[in-house]
Amino acid sequence: MSTHNNILPLRLERVSYAVRGRTLIDAIGATFQAGARTIILGPNGAGKSLLLRLCHGLLTPTDGRVVWGGPFAKEARRRQAMVFQRPVMLRRTAAANIDYALALRGFSGNDRKTRLSEALRNTGLAELASQPARVLSGGEQQRLALARAWSLEPEVLFLDEPTANLDPAASRAVERIIGAIHASGTKIIMTTHDLGQARRLADEVMFLHGGRLVERSPAEAFFEKPRTDTADAFMRGELYW
Amino acid sequence: MAVVANAFGEALRLLTSFDAELMSIVGLSLQVSLGALFIAAVIGLPFGAALALYEFPGRRSITVFLNALMGLPPVVVGLFVYLALSRAGPFGFLELLFTPTAMVIAQTILITPIIAALTRQLVEDLWREYGEQLRSLGSGAGRAIPTLLWDGRYALITVLLAGLGRAMAEVGAVMIVGGNIAGFTRVMTTSIALETSKGNLSLALGLGIVLMLLALIVNAAAYLVRETAARQLG
Repeated sequence: MSTHNNILPLRLERVSYAVRGRTLIDAIGATFQAGARTIILGPNGAGKSLLLRLCHGLLTPTDGRVVWGGPFAKEARRRQAMVFQRPVMLRRTAAANIDYALALRGFSGNDRKTRLSEALRNTGLAELASQPARVLSGGEQQRLALARAWSLEPEVLFLDEPTANLDPAASRAVERIIGAIHASGTKIIMTTHDLGQARRLADEVMFLHGGRLVERSPAEAFFEKPRTDTADAFMRGELYW
Repeated sequence: MAVVANAFGEALRLLTSFDAELMSIVGLSLQVSLGALFIAAVIGLPFGAALALYEFPGRRSITVFLNALMGLPPVVVGLFVYLALSRAGPFGFLELLFTPTAMVIAQTILITPIIAALTRQLVEDLWREYGEQLRSLGSGAGRAIPTLLWDGRYALITVLLAGLGRAMAEVGAVMIVGGNIAGFTRVMTTSIALETSKGNLSLALGLGIVLMLLALIVNAAAYLVRETAARQLG
């Protein structure tokens, strides 16, 4: 297993995000190192998706800073990728969707061809390569979204509830691929509200509530017994808002 | 009533015998309107997409203005093009007045805002759906223009048809800048107006039938393309 360490660590310095005076992310400070799979847990509206978007640069914090600390920090944008809850596919074939992303990042020639065919093979999509992407099933589309992200060999991969709309079998397939992407050396930062999934994938857990980072613990300790009452209530299904 | 029936019969005879005058008028109509559509598409599609994707001060005003231009009265466009191309006008030296080229120019001005405004709306909706994903992959607004135009290609067929329909159906602009010269700048709509006023109802009616048939055929074809694409590409 190779670990890239070129743009990490990712440091959040009292990052806040407010919309029309409502603070949705409240002064979160955290550092993400290479390696561990970080799972962000929390009830609906805790700010999980917002936090991912702030880290990924799709949103700009209204206060605080998002800082990439590695030697290639300047290239951070092109060394990370994100998979969304609902995969967005262009009206072209599955293969062309991956190829589009590779072209955008400036890959060309044989390198691009190799990445394309490997991404399809690694996600079990080789058979579906020439199918129009938007007529694939939800599970296949999400696998294609993972293939597209993987082909870019990002140093960090953000995933926003990637299995929220999928049945159990498709979810397991997605989890397997996430595991493989991690094994190839990519840092995983992922939100989920599926506790079973969190247990299966997490190395460490960040628990968000009301836009604040309430607790951050190693996965084993967190699932044994969270340190905070709020997280404990969430785990028992008793945290309603 | 007999007059109408006679005219109808005569119209059908002209159509089925591929009457030379009728065919040349239909041919010129198509040539002028398709020419205008081509130029309007080359300008309007990227302009509309850029207006949807780039944020800059004054964007709202331009959008409102563009939407207003969709309702440009053809005779007013004709008048302006006439003034510009007349001997005393700034482009008089080109000697284009009362030529098919002048008619293409007038129709282009008429339908470019329609194509641009409808494209802007379509691309804005697509960007709402694709924006985060494309930005995540590293695409800026400029790179997204061809991507979204291509992804909206089947919906854009309807946009282009709206432009073509407007161009083929208008009479005011081509009448003023073309002059309705027989065998040279006479198109379907101007002929219908002229022949009706002369009492030559059969030719007018024949042309009217062709105009309606063309609209029907073009729209049916576009509908089929869209439906097939939607089923196959999602």
